Amino acid sequence: MELMKESGALTPHLAGVTVGILIGLGVYTFGYANGASYLTADPAACTNCHVMRPQFEGWLKASHRAAAVCDDCHSPPNVVQKYLNKAVNGFNHSLAFTTGRYPDDILITERNHRVANAACMKCHLEITTPILAPRHDASETRCTSCHRDVGHAH
Amino acid sequence: MPESTGKAKIAGIIATTAVLTAGVAALLVNVFEHKQEARQTFFRVVDVNDDTDDPALWGKNFPLHYDAYKRTVDMQRTRYGGSEALKRNPTAADPRDKVSAEKIDEDPRLKRMWLGYPFSVDFREERGHAYMLIDQRHTRRVLEFKQPGACLNCHASTYTFMKQLGAGDLTAGFEKMNKMPYVEATKNVKHPVACIDCHDAASMALRITRPAFLEGIRNWKKSQNVPNYDPNTMATAQEMRTFVCAQCHVEYYFQGDDKRLTFPWHKGLKVDQIYDYYEEVKHKDFTHKETGAPVLKAQHPEFEIFSMGIHAASGVACADCHMPYKREGGAKISDHHVRSPMLNINRACQGCHRFSEDEIRNRVELIQTRFIESRNLAMNALMDLIEDIRQARDAGATDNQLHGAWAAQRKAQFFIDFVEAENSAGFHAPGEELRILTQALDSIRKGQIALRQVAPKPRAANTAGPAPGLRRGD
Repeated sequence: MELMKESGALTPHLAGVTVGILIGLGVYTFGYANGASYLTADPAACTNCHVMRPQFEGWLKASHRAAAVCDDCHSPPNVVQKYLNKAVNGFNHSLAFTTGRYPDDILITERNHRVANAACMKCHLEITTPILAPRHDASETRCTSCHRDVGHAH
Repeated sequence: MPESTGKAKIAGIIATTAVLTAGVAALLVNVFEHKQEARQTFFRVVDVNDDTDDPALWGKNFPLHYDAYKRTVDMQRTRYGGSEALKRNPTAADPRDKVSAEKIDEDPRLKRMWLGYPFSVDFREERGHAYMLIDQRHTRRVLEFKQPGACLNCHASTYTFMKQLGAGDLTAGFEKMNKMPYVEATKNVKHPVACIDCHDAASMALRITRPAFLEGIRNWKKSQNVPNYDPNTMATAQEMRTFVCAQCHVEYYFQGDDKRLTFPWHKGLKVDQIYDYYEEVKHKDFTHKETGAPVLKAQHPEFEIFSMGIHAASGVACADCHMPYKREGGAKISDHHVRSPMLNINRACQGCHRFSEDEIRNRVELIQTRFIESRNLAMNALMDLIEDIRQARDAGATDNQLHGAWAAQRKAQFFIDFVEAENSAGFHAPGEELRILTQALDSIRKGQIALRQVAPKPRAANTAGPAPGLRRGD
């Protein structure tokens, strides 16, 4: 009886220990993978995995280097949307990078293209209004259709 | 009872946690691996030097590049290019178990254009780099005709052989190899084009090893008032990514009895300038069997045509599309599986052209379809001219009377062959290639006008002289 009682008391501890190991390993992995950096706007975070290196290096040499970091163009300005966007992209990118299922020359998705195009307007709305006014659907002509390399080459 | 439910709950927590922990550990290892591959590592496991021609040895130091290089054995078609593997039974004399299709059977007009020249006997679809030596050794053009060692310049790794022949002097070795009978020369080489033909063994930098290109580009640059041009010391890294290919993917001829491999760039790279050069040195490759015209055979002028196109004007090099950068782990290497960009659209095109693969393929094929249509019209017209000259000849026209038509055939045939032999089906410089075909059609038209003065059957030798302004030939 005494033994049973003791073992009965031991099991929750064991469960606690396993959960603790998971949390510890999880925290370590998060730290090792520089997880916290993704919550910042530091462009270096985007090159944690080497896939984005060409884009990062392109940005270093591009005209917008002085005016905008990755986040300014690739995240919506609203705080909620911004972190939602980071979460969706973060999940998709992690999945692609972990599984290796992505092309060498990465292409922006339609959703992210809309985000980037909207970001142009944050600063350049005034000057582009006359261009956009006569168009029913602004998406048919995107800023990047012509100004492709202002943020970064490729 | 509550105790056992509690136990089951705890067991569930433990099992779930175990699975999750395993998942997180796997992720940790994956992150670790990705961090490792982001470091570009290189191990020099064997020493290669300027005499190491065996690519397998270089491959030990550069396994990723070598692995891709070996894949040039792949045989795959694109819409207008590439090749399919046709099964054949290997024999002792010819160990090949697969070959590509016979082009002169697929398009008999080619055969007629080349009548009187070995190309009318055997000319198969080109295959990947891996086959260059074995396919040359077993083509009927080599087996049934006496060919010089000069042919080897672009069908084998000849750098070490030429150096050895010239006792250290590459150009002297080149001159000796050109003169040798092919069957003798080919015994001295073992590999198709290999690492050493494009790379310096000490630095791995690109370098030119073919004397014919060094001479050719010196002559071309001289025509542009750049004296003593040497690509190995004066070309940019980006230019070298084209020049190493241009050691072979060019128009050439064998000059004189020494069979010196010569690139006809003395006046420039345009087909008109090359043709002018051939006119000036009065070169002919063969006499056309049906018409008696002194004609030329053009050879794969990829470099010349590409130089006329928009990609060259934009600073793109051959290697950018035919050996685009690819990722191997965190390392970016140029893909040594040299092939059609249409088989590798993401890496070859989409780095610059942000459209879907289908869109890009459609655009390329549209350019090529337009070219093929024009090429077929020009080819039909050439057949008509050849037929007309043959009939005039059969009807008794003298050589003197045919000079005008011959000159027209010579020019038209060379211009058509120039874009026909060029391996891009009109893509490398679309406007230029259509212009060349238009020039050819114009020449054919003039040839047929010249024949009008010969026909009907000449009664007196002095009634119809050669057409004015067209008298050429040898």
